[in-house]
Amino acid sequence: MSAPLEGARSRRAGSTRRQFLLGGAVAGVGAVAAVGVDLALNRQESAAKPVSAPMNGELTVPFFGVHQAGVDTAAQAHGIFLGLDLREDVDREGLTRLMRILTDDAARLTQGLPALADSEPELALSPARLTITFGFGPGLVARAAGAGPSWLAPLPAFRVDQLRPEFSDGDLLLQIAGDDPLTVAHAMRMLLKDARGFASIRWTQQGFRRAYGTERPGTTMRNLFGQVDGTTNPEPGTADFDEVVWSADGWLAGGTGMVVRRIRMDLDKWDRLDRGGRDASVGRTLANGAPLTGTDEFDDPDFDAKTSIGFPVIPQFAHIRRARGDGSERIFRRAYNYDERPVDAEVSESGLIFVSFQADIERQFIPMQRRLDELDLLNEWTVPIGSAVFAIPPGCAEDGFIGETLLS
Amino acid sequence: MNTTKNLPRLAAVIAVSLLALTGCTPESSPTEAAARPAGDTVTIEDAWVKSADEGMSAAFGTLLNSGDDDVTVVTVTSEASDMIELHETVENEAGEMVMREKDGGFVIPAGGTLALEPGANHIMMMDLTGPLTAGSEVTFTLTFSDDSTYEFTAPVKDYSGANENYEGGEEHEGMDH
Repeated sequence: MSAPLEGARSRRAGSTRRQFLLGGAVAGVGAVAAVGVDLALNRQESAAKPVSAPMNGELTVPFFGVHQAGVDTAAQAHGIFLGLDLREDVDREGLTRLMRILTDDAARLTQGLPALADSEPELALSPARLTITFGFGPGLVARAAGAGPSWLAPLPAFRVDQLRPEFSDGDLLLQIAGDDPLTVAHAMRMLLKDARGFASIRWTQQGFRRAYGTERPGTTMRNLFGQVDGTTNPEPGTADFDEVVWSADGWLAGGTGMVVRRIRMDLDKWDRLDRGGRDASVGRTLANGAPLTGTDEFDDPDFDAKTSIGFPVIPQFAHIRRARGDGSERIFRRAYNYDERPVDAEVSESGLIFVSFQADIERQFIPMQRRLDELDLLNEWTVPIGSAVFAIPPGCAEDGFIGETLLS
Repeated sequence: MNTTKNLPRLAAVIAVSLLALTGCTPESSPTEAAARPAGDTVTIEDAWVKSADEGMSAAFGTLLNSGDDDVTVVTVTSEASDMIELHETVENEAGEMVMREKDGGFVIPAGGTLALEPGANHIMMMDLTGPLTAGSEVTFTLTFSDDSTYEFTAPVKDYSGANENYEGGEEHEGMDH
């Protein structure tokens, strides 16, 4: 398991040891065996004392800290992204009030406690690793009379883009993620009730990954093309991750930059492509995500390897070759799939809520996206239809609030 | 906002609801046994105030009494309202739930809690001195029957509920802007 997941803890007293054992077993030999271990443990313990396995709903991710949760947190099963527009009369003082309230809501809800004035308090009691992450768009930073990082602006126009305003931009981002959809829905409603005096909804994007418990924690996600998505991510908790993700600049120190792009995936067109073509378009095998020059997902691709007739094994147009460049620009991806209701003759309306975190969007993300815009065979089947950039402020201490480094 | 954040609030709220249901709350309490002043034994958890542009509003939270004696809140003051009453919500002769001033004030049992919540006991702000905007803070001073006091601040939140009928027919000011 990765470090952030280990940081999650159960709120049930006395279950620490079993939680540890269960967690280790799940990581090692799979959930079925883990349940066996747990049952055996229960039998060995006193028969008089009723013991039950800790429920997933009890797991919490700490809210307060140097960084906001929801960035280096192992991605939860469900994610909702909301782009809000500030009302015209909200000034710097209003922003402070807004962020104090939203911080208090998030601090409580993520720990399994009802928010103040929570009209459905029972829905807060199973946090299921809920995280709530706030991001500031260019409009919010301007409203705060602050100086944003130079990259805090809409991305440059790319040829492949067909952006729709209803999925783009926004002043305030809420990323609400958790392993239980009811908990996530309640948190969203609570936050929106407290935000509505200050802001209105510009866009909402709802995404999903594998359900909790379906795969071993740490398994790289698959998107709806079936591709393994996120293999080269730096690992949270490492110096490498810290360098790629966390900013050290001004009010953003301890924060990061976030790109949210809604990428429509034409599954109906993808259906017409054979498996060899699918593998070649990315440069990885769909079976396990290994580069075409390797056997394991995490093998380093050999971009110099040639076929017997002298062509590159990983084609020039392959997504991983184009994304990699010289390897100096790196990002941390934390995407979610979306799957909406198809209309007319289509049988799918699906895609990816592409989410990446990086300390400097201009230096790390934009050059990579430029290369992909110039050449990437995947562009045949994918179209970016939404795009937004946010500064994710650092975390805060228990007596502080998210955004205080900008607003105080 | 409140300083302590980790108490099992809902459990406390539920416990208090049960207490109210079974009618255990004493009507009045002579607290002359002279231990610590009430102002030193009472705290409030999860306090909040409903936002309003003008007129009336209300404050809620859970009062905790760590002392060995029951204590009684007799008055509440705040710069946010020229007049504040301690209200309870009861069923009137027509079977409607209405709120009215609580005779004798709020009693917080020794070692116990008193929940102030929409549809139940609450601190009623009868005459706001200005708008209560979401995210701002209001300071209240509770005065107890032994003349000791306790001061706390509560954040203002937008809230659609807490529209109970006021005995006499008037209705609370809504939150609508």
